[in-house]
Amino acid sequence: MKVLVPVKRVIDYNVKARVKADQTGVDLANVKMSMNPFCEIAVEEAVRLKEKGVATEVVAVSIGPAQAQETLRTSLAMGADRAILIQTDQDLEPLAVAKVLRAIIAEENPDLVLMGKQAIDGDNNATGQMLSTLLDWPQATFASELTIEGGKAKVTREVDGGLQTLEVNLPAVVTADLRLNEPRYASLPNIMKAKKKPLDVKELASLGVDTAPRLKVIKVTEPAKRSAGIKVEAAADIVSNLKTSGVF
Amino acid sequence: MAVLVIADHDNATLKDNTHKVVTAALAISGDVDVLVAGTNTAALGADAAKISGVRKVLTAESAELGQGIAEAVGDLVVGLMGGYDAVLIPATSQGKSFSPRIAAKLDVAQISEVIEVVSADTFVRPIYAGNALETVQSADAKKVLTVRPTAFKAAATDGSAKVEAAAAPGAQAKVHFIDQQIVKSARPDLGAAKIVVSGGRAMGSAEEFQKVIEPLADKLGAAVGASRAAVDAGYAPNDYQVGQTGKVVAPELYIAIGISGAIQHLAGMKDSKIIVAINKDGDAPIFQVADFGLVADYKTAVPELMSSLTAAGV
Repeated sequence: MKVLVPVKRVIDYNVKARVKADQTGVDLANVKMSMNPFCEIAVEEAVRLKEKGVATEVVAVSIGPAQAQETLRTSLAMGADRAILIQTDQDLEPLAVAKVLRAIIAEENPDLVLMGKQAIDGDNNATGQMLSTLLDWPQATFASELTIEGGKAKVTREVDGGLQTLEVNLPAVVTADLRLNEPRYASLPNIMKAKKKPLDVKELASLGVDTAPRLKVIKVTEPAKRSAGIKVEAAADIVSNLKTSGVF
Repeated sequence: MAVLVIADHDNATLKDNTHKVVTAALAISGDVDVLVAGTNTAALGADAAKISGVRKVLTAESAELGQGIAEAVGDLVVGLMGGYDAVLIPATSQGKSFSPRIAAKLDVAQISEVIEVVSADTFVRPIYAGNALETVQSADAKKVLTVRPTAFKAAATDGSAKVEAAAAPGAQAKVHFIDQQIVKSARPDLGAAKIVVSGGRAMGSAEEFQKVIEPLADKLGAAVGASRAAVDAGYAPNDYQVGQTGKVVAPELYIAIGISGAIQHLAGMKDSKIIVAINKDGDAPIFQVADFGLVADYKTAVPELMSSLTAAGV
């Protein structure tokens, strides 16, 4: 079974995004970039499937600038077999990403696409579901448990108020939630080995996919700042302040 | 232009999120219809018909819709979109699961987690864990939006819209529902609660979390929340998680206990009306957003808070 894992290079999880003064976007110059945390979980799950003997090949794909090769190398160091970069400096919307992935999938024919539920930059939570729709493959979003058996994926999903278990026919698109696993740190020998694994680079334009943006960004602003209130001396002061504020 | 709102419910009760998304829809158009898809839709549809400003309620009934199978809900809505210029969906896990399917089928962008309607084609949404707000204008003929319910006031319930049945889509061949474990709780829903009491990693264990956080929440009639750190450590279930990747809440009162205030947690609760923080580290970032902060060990502070509440007649 072949597993395809799309990964995205985003601002590091622990870095606070700062809005540019001209309101055109978020300042990413000289900011630490990393693999999107949910993508990391997806890579980890795919590698575990390979270690269990369920998957035979894990292919990582990224759409982004030349530097996204670093993100792909991280996937390879975690255990992916090979990587594909669809190179572009354009910032693609989820629908365009899904269309590009569909084109890659037509060439690669994976049995399973495992990807993060959302990227922590755009916070759209849409690409996996869109890809599933475009491919007419079933989807299982927000996975916290995944087992593959008899051409099917059994997926426990994080839903409102609890958990739901679905069984979907393969090929399918599964999106990873936080509790699916805890991604490993790549060891130094594996980081060295990853440098020798194959990484193909293709220009986005070569795929002939319509990636024109549908949304026009009018402006990007900073949210209203919340100012710190007061520090109180004792628990009783909290209650009296809440009474004054009219909460009780 | 007509707008369709997809109702949020659990096949038993119509959730307040529906009323909030109707408010967002009314900012776009005066012609707002509500779709109730699931089971028990006769009763749910009658409730939706009472939402003020609603023109018509559509109901579609099937087991798969009731199970929230995204393919089924997506197909149903796509089939109805001929009559609408926009569809607004509550940004719940269920809504987020099927909404992009509608956008992909219509070949339009999805505008996720809308917090403000500027005009019929321009919307504000948080990006980067709420550290930035993006104003976007859509050029697509039809708009597909998920709406963050906490950003809108619930519409009133003095309406009397007509209710019509719509045909449910056929069974899905590639997806099979196995089972569902929904935690039954007497506490209010985290997303809709007026008061939320949340615990963090400082709790140290699931037992301690239950012993400290839950009695305080029950005393206040509050929902229980947790930081991602507490969820990751297994002290609290995932659906308690407040934060950018968990639930975004905006209650009247948010009490954070033993929570340091990581960026992604703040993104999930900073729009609360009043924030109270108890943490023994006086430099914890949570104090930068707290209205009332107490630098103390929760082990002594929470029992004191409980007795002060009792003394104050709460």
